[in-house]
Amino acid sequence: MTRAPAAPPLKSLAALTQARVALGRAGAGQPTRAAQAFALDHARAREAVWSAMECDTLERALQDVRTIRLHSAAADRAEYLRRPDLGRRLGPGAAAALAGAGGADVAIVVADGLSATAVNLNAAPVVRALLARLAQTRLTAGPVILAEQARVALGDAAATALGARAVVVLIGERPGLSSADSLGAYVTWAPAPGTPDSRRNCVSNIRDGGLPPDAAAAQIAALLSDMRRTGQSGVALKDLVARAPEIE
Amino acid sequence: MAYRITLEQTRFVFPDLKTLMARATPQRSGDELAGIAASGPVERLAAQMALADLPLSEFLRHDLMQVDDDEVTALIAARHDARAFAPIASMTVGEFREWLLDPAVQHDQLQALTWGLTPEMVAAVSKIMRLQDLIAVAAKRQVVTRFRNTIGLRGRLSTRNQPNHPTDDSLGIAISAVDGLMMGSGDAVIGVNPATDTVADYIRIVQLLDDIRNHLEIPTQSCCLGHVTVALKAIEAGAPADLIFQSVAGSAKANTGFGIDLALLREAQEAGLSLKRGTLGDNVMYFETGQGAALSAEAHYGTDQQTMEARAYAVAREFRPLLVNTVVGFIGPEYLFNGKQIIRAGLEDHFCGKLLGLPMGVDVCYTNHADADQEDMDTLLTLLCAAGVNFVITVPGADDIMLNYQSLSHHDAIFARETLGRPPAPEFATWLETVGLTAADGTLRAASPALTERLSGTGLLEAAP
Repeated sequence: MTRAPAAPPLKSLAALTQARVALGRAGAGQPTRAAQAFALDHARAREAVWSAMECDTLERALQDVRTIRLHSAAADRAEYLRRPDLGRRLGPGAAAALAGAGGADVAIVVADGLSATAVNLNAAPVVRALLARLAQTRLTAGPVILAEQARVALGDAAATALGARAVVVLIGERPGLSSADSLGAYVTWAPAPGTPDSRRNCVSNIRDGGLPPDAAAAQIAALLSDMRRTGQSGVALKDLVARAPEIE
Repeated sequence: MAYRITLEQTRFVFPDLKTLMARATPQRSGDELAGIAASGPVERLAAQMALADLPLSEFLRHDLMQVDDDEVTALIAARHDARAFAPIASMTVGEFREWLLDPAVQHDQLQALTWGLTPEMVAAVSKIMRLQDLIAVAAKRQVVTRFRNTIGLRGRLSTRNQPNHPTDDSLGIAISAVDGLMMGSGDAVIGVNPATDTVADYIRIVQLLDDIRNHLEIPTQSCCLGHVTVALKAIEAGAPADLIFQSVAGSAKANTGFGIDLALLREAQEAGLSLKRGTLGDNVMYFETGQGAALSAEAHYGTDQQTMEARAYAVAREFRPLLVNTVVGFIGPEYLFNGKQIIRAGLEDHFCGKLLGLPMGVDVCYTNHADADQEDMDTLLTLLCAAGVNFVITVPGADDIMLNYQSLSHHDAIFARETLGRPPAPEFATWLETVGLTAADGTLRAASPALTERLSGTGLLEAAP
């Protein structure tokens, strides 16, 4: 038996896919390097799931932008993972925090979701780019809400409390082995409690190596302006835009 | 009707059968999320003791889910065979557990009982069984199915080779499929979960898999796991579809959420049969299920998730499938929180499926937000092999790059073959030896160019110009 596992014949094709093909083997085990690379990717993903939002750092990065911090009804990460329903509801004190902050068209919510790592790395540049783009449109943006232990639908409750016409939720996506820092943006027109997911549009994979913050902000702003013109979002908006490209 | 039990002066009352079943269920996050779980271990034990004293015939007298016009409930009632039920008709749930464990009860008695059992009876007895019980009983029951090979024979383990790709790229799928075949994976099926949902992509994927199978002359079957309506249109357009896939659940409302009903599944089975592509048998259906599916569709009606899962098996067995697997750890920690819960659910699902006559496999898997890891999967795979699972799913390096979750690696199947002594389907084992991938004793040879050489010149492993 040779000391190093032999290079498998598919090795030359392995670069053509992200899949962990042609790993070779040591008996029934993976070669040590491959086994540990997998374990490291999993450790990063687990750390991202249990990471916390760095609100102070986010506020510093957003400088002159007004922010409001709040929590969902899930007390901590363990409860958040077990009780998706609590992550969709505003927690104690949230209503008071939002009181008097309404009046703008668009509510922007930054939520930790399943990866605060994604938010800590990517949310601030997306918010700044989005605010700059919205400033050139007829839509006004309110204060930026930093929501902990939050799922996408918490944005509906926050937007309702603020009387906003639309909500943008920037949220950490469920970490995969290949990326633990991917941010998603969910955009909903006329948000209200109980809004089905079919009424949301999504811009996903916002991260270093994925969709850059500026490009993501441009897509979000374009969605908002289509929504304002049509009064629709989600599947209905896709259908409208698909049927009538001339409205672009 | 209420069920009562007193333990040391504390009286426990369970207002109806579904509450009793939910409170008796071993702890899991999904029943807690649904608000139907026992308040703690003592109430759970009280419910399990009350359940053990319950006559099995109670499940025939009472509609557990209590929903009018549910076609799954109607199917369960219509298919119940009183003659097959006769040997256990007078038993309680607790006595039934002891009967199942009795060495005098072997495969033939369990097979004869199949249509005498309802999903609710099987779920009930599983709730008062330890893992060891679930393994010992399931190991006695073989469910053998055939299409181009023979799956489920005693002492064997088949594998689904799952070459998924994030964009359904043909070359990406082909490289992954061949990588798995070289590791000896793919006798249950070579099956792709498509990222796309068009008929054209479905046809392209099944054609690609069929080309690989034909060029390499593999005694196996392929499948694109698209929606059954897409499969029907693709078959109409002449696609070489071996197996017809669908996700199924345990209530009509949950199935509506999947966009199906029993009539549509019947139509799909007939379409699959009409192609006459199986050479050894005509089991043409492939189903996936998973605890939590009904709850996530708000279609569980206060019934615990494990009973709802067993009810899905009543749907599956109606269509004589080649393969059924629970996607046990895929659905997330709000249903099965950690490795312990995933492991128990995997063994419950396998046990319930086998007793109900299904060719049961398990996707031994977890997501990154569940408190589980590859060591939990090692444990579940080893236990499932002891229980005689028909098949498991394997992907390159345990990393599914399309569905973003971890299943088993092809390597893990080699462990099951070489350490646990579980060879694949006999026809596939012969093929592996014929093409030079395994030695005469069935052990995998060192990296062999056999398959890539046979595919050179076909274009299947070459990037599009």
